[in-house]
Amino acid sequence: MSTTPDINVERDVGDFHYETDYEFDAGVGLNEKTIDYIVDVKGEDDWVREFRKKALKVFQDKPNPTHWASKDIENINYEKIRYYLSKGQRPSRSWDEVPDDVKETFERLGIPEKERAFLAGVEAQFDSEASYSNMKEELAKEGVIFVGSTEGLKEHPEIFKKFFGKVIPTGDNKFSALNSAVFSGGSFIYVPPGVKVKQPLQAYFRINAENFGQFERTLIIADEGAEVTYMEGCTAPKFETTTLHSAVVELVALKGAKIQYITVQNWSANVFNMVTKRGLAMDDAEIKWIDCNIGSRLTMKYPGVIMRGPGARGEVLSIALAHDGQHQDTGSKMIHAADNTTSNIISKSISIGEGRSTYRGVVSIPRQLKGCKNNTECDALLINTNSRTDTYPAITVKGNQSTVQHEASVSKVSAEQIFYMMQRGLPEGDAMSLAVNGFVNDLIREFPMEYSVELKRLIDLEMEGSVG
Amino acid sequence: MSDTLVLSHPSLDDPKVFSVHQEQTGIDEEWFKSAQQEAWNRYTELPYPVRTNEKWRFANIKHFTNTGSYRTAAQADEDTAHLVEESHRLDKVAGRIILADDALAAPVELDEDLRKKGVIFTTLFEAIREHPDLVKEYFMKQSPDLGSEKFEALHLALLRNGVFLYVPDNLEIEAPFMAYNWAVADKAALFPHTLFVTGTNAKASLVEFQEAAHEETEHFIIANAHLFAGDGAKPSHTIVQNWNANTLSFQLNTNNAQRDTNSKSTLINVGSSHARQEVHGKIFGSGSNVEMYALNVPTGSQEIDQRTLQTHIAPNSRSDLLFKNALIDQSRTIFSGLIIVEENAQQTDAYQTNNNLMLSEKAEANSLPGLEIKANDVKCSHGATTGNMDDAELFYFLARGIPKKKAIELMVFGYFEEIIGKLDNEQLADYVRELVQHKFTD
Repeated sequence: MSTTPDINVERDVGDFHYETDYEFDAGVGLNEKTIDYIVDVKGEDDWVREFRKKALKVFQDKPNPTHWASKDIENINYEKIRYYLSKGQRPSRSWDEVPDDVKETFERLGIPEKERAFLAGVEAQFDSEASYSNMKEELAKEGVIFVGSTEGLKEHPEIFKKFFGKVIPTGDNKFSALNSAVFSGGSFIYVPPGVKVKQPLQAYFRINAENFGQFERTLIIADEGAEVTYMEGCTAPKFETTTLHSAVVELVALKGAKIQYITVQNWSANVFNMVTKRGLAMDDAEIKWIDCNIGSRLTMKYPGVIMRGPGARGEVLSIALAHDGQHQDTGSKMIHAADNTTSNIISKSISIGEGRSTYRGVVSIPRQLKGCKNNTECDALLINTNSRTDTYPAITVKGNQSTVQHEASVSKVSAEQIFYMMQRGLPEGDAMSLAVNGFVNDLIREFPMEYSVELKRLIDLEMEGSVG
Repeated sequence: MSDTLVLSHPSLDDPKVFSVHQEQTGIDEEWFKSAQQEAWNRYTELPYPVRTNEKWRFANIKHFTNTGSYRTAAQADEDTAHLVEESHRLDKVAGRIILADDALAAPVELDEDLRKKGVIFTTLFEAIREHPDLVKEYFMKQSPDLGSEKFEALHLALLRNGVFLYVPDNLEIEAPFMAYNWAVADKAALFPHTLFVTGTNAKASLVEFQEAAHEETEHFIIANAHLFAGDGAKPSHTIVQNWNANTLSFQLNTNNAQRDTNSKSTLINVGSSHARQEVHGKIFGSGSNVEMYALNVPTGSQEIDQRTLQTHIAPNSRSDLLFKNALIDQSRTIFSGLIIVEENAQQTDAYQTNNNLMLSEKAEANSLPGLEIKANDVKCSHGATTGNMDDAELFYFLARGIPKKKAIELMVFGYFEEIIGKLDNEQLADYVRELVQHKFTD
C-alpha cells in the first residue's frame, strides 16, 4: 500500500508540470528550489539539505571536462532535465504491495519469480524511489542493512554518515557534484563484521520518464572480515530526447572485507551515462568491480579502487560493446596508497559499425611504497571497417620497489575463423557472434551464472545485422 | 657587460627582440622573412600551455614559461677552436657541420665525390640562398602537433641557422653525416634547425651531437628536426642530446615517410635539466617501415618529457616505437605516446613500447601509451612496464661474486643494448655506451 507523505511545499513555485501521473515531480531545470523541493518531499535532515546545496554550487562552477573527454557531453541540456520524480511511495515491504503496473515492468525485464526467491534481497528501483524492497529475514537477523539512500541517511546516520561522500567527494568531478545535489534512490548496504552474505544482493534500475535524469546514490560498507556481492542491472525504454543518468557508487571494505560489485548497463541509445564509482579498500581488503557496458549513447565510467591499507587488492574486469552512435568511454583508476597493494585491470571492448569504445585508465603509485603491483590488459576488437577504438592509460610510478605492466592490443575477427565456421554450415552472422563471444569468454566466465547467460544473449542481439 | 652587447643580444622578453633579430640575420629572401614575421606574431598571440591540456599532463610547465631572461643572437665571444677540435666523435664521416651558438664555427666539410653526385650538405641559410625551391618545399611543412606550438613558433621566428642535408635519388651513402651543435655563451637562447631530405631510393644517415662548451652556463634551446623520406628511401637520424645540466631544451621533430621507406630516428638523452621532446612519425605511403627509438638516462633532478605520435595515413605500413628509460636519483620521466590509425590505413602494423627501469626510491616515471584506431584490419599493440631489476637476474650475478653495483650496471647495459644495437655505426654505439656508463659513475 502506498501512502502519500504529509508534506508542505509551495506547489505554485517554479514551473512544475503535472500532466504526467508522477505524484511528485520537481519540474525541469535545476536551482536551489529544486533542491529544497527534493529535501522537503523526502523529509531529509538539514545536514543533507546543506550537503546538496553545496554540491549544487560545485556543479554549477565546474566546467564540462571537454579538454579530455568527448565533446558530446556538451549536448547535455541541463535545463531540460527533470531532477526528481517519484511515485510517492515509501519503499514497499512485500511484493504484494508493489503496484501492478510496476510489477509488469519487472516482468518484462525478465526477473523470473523463482529467481526472486533465490536472490537474497531484491531492491528494484522504479524511477527515483525504491518501489520494492525485500530482504530475507535471515539477513536482517544477521544485522545486514539493505535500504534506499533516503532511508539509510535518515534511519542509520551513525553508520552511513561516516563514509557518505568520503570515498567520492562532491567536487571529484562535475557529475559527482550533480549527483550529490540531486541524488535519490540507490542502495545503502551495511554488512556487520564477519558476516558473509551468501547470495548476491541485487537491484534493478529503470529509467522510464522522458527527459528524466536518474541520480541514484549507492554506499556499501563491508565491516571487518565481511563479504558481499552486489548486482546492478539496467535497462531503459527508448525515448525521443536524451536522458541523463549520473550515479555515484561508493564502496568501503574495512580490514579483510571483500566487496564484489557487478553492473550490466544496457540503457537505451539516447542516455548519457556519467557514473562515478570508487571503492576504498583497507588492510587486506578486496574490492572487485565487474562492469559491463552495452547500452547508452555516451558512457563515461571509470570504476576505481583506492588501496588505503597494506595488502589491499583492487580489481576491475570490464566489457564494453559499442554500436552505431554509441561511445563507451570506460576504464579504471587504481590508486595505490599503501605497501604491498595489488591491482588488476582487464578490459575488453568490441566496436561494431560506427561504434567507438575507449579505455581510459589511471594507475598511480604516487609515493615510495614497497611491493605494489599492477597488471593492466586492454584488448579491443573491431568488427567493421569504420569501427573505432582508443586507449588512453596514464601510469605513474614512484620508487623502485613496485612493478607495473600495461598491455593493449587491437584486432579484428580473423577471416580464417569465420571461414572455418561457415565451412561447417554456420551462417556468417552466427559465426561472427561465436567469434565475439569467444573474445570475451574468459571474462564472462567471471560473472555469476545468470549474468553470463544474459550477457551472451545481449551480445548475440547486438551482433545481429552487423555483418554483410 | 657593455651596453652595446645588451642591445645586440636582446633578451626574449625585450619587445625589440624580433626587430633586432631581423636586422641581424642577413637573409633577404622575402618568403623567409615573412615566415619569420608570421611566426613571431603567432608566438606573441599563442598562450602558454596549461597543465589541464592533455598534451602537458604531468609536465612541469613553469620551467619553460619562465624563459624571458635568455638572450637571442648571443654569440660566443670566445675562441671556438677547441670545440672544432672536439667535434670528432666519429672517424669515417661523409660530411661535417659545426655550429657554436647557432653560428658556423668551421667551414662545412663534405666529401668531394658526394658533392659531385649532387649531395647538398650545408647550413640552412646557405641552402635558402642557393636552393630556395628545394628548401621551400620542405621547410616547416610538418609540425609535431603535440602541444608546443608556441615554442615552435618562437623557434621559427628566431632561428638563425641550421643544417640542411639533401641526398639525391638512388644514392646510397654508408658513412654518416655529422652535425655538432654547441651551446657556448651563458644565457643563450638557441634555435638549431635540421632539415634532412632523402630522394627516391636514397640511403643516408645523419648524426647530431648537442653539447655545451661549459658545465655552468645556462641555456634555453628550441631545436627542430624534420626528416623527409622519399619513396623507397632509407634515412637514419640520430640525436645525442647532451646539453649541460642547466639547460632547458625542446626537441620538436617530425619523421615523414612516403612509399616503401625504411626510416629510423633515435634519440639518446643524457643532458638537460628539463627536456621536452616531441616526435611525430607520419606515414603517407604504403609499404613503409618507420622506427622510432629513444634511450634516456636521467639522473639528479633531470626531467625528460617525451610525447610521440605515430600517424598512419596510408594503408599497409608498419611503425615501431621503443622508448626505454633508466631512472636514477630523483629524476622524472614522462612518456606520452599515441598511435593514430586513420580510416583508410587498413593492414597497418603499429607497435609502441615504453619501459621504465626504476633504479632509485625517489625516481618517478609517468607513462601514457595511447591508441586511436579508426580502421579494423590492423595489428596494433602497446605495452608499458615500470619496475626494478629482475631479482632472479640480480641474484645470478651476486651468486657469481659480482658486486651489486657492478651487477646493476651490467644489467642496465643489457637493458639498453636493445636500443644501442639499433645504431648502425659501431663507433657511435660505443660512444653511447660510454655516455651511459658516465651517468653511472658521476
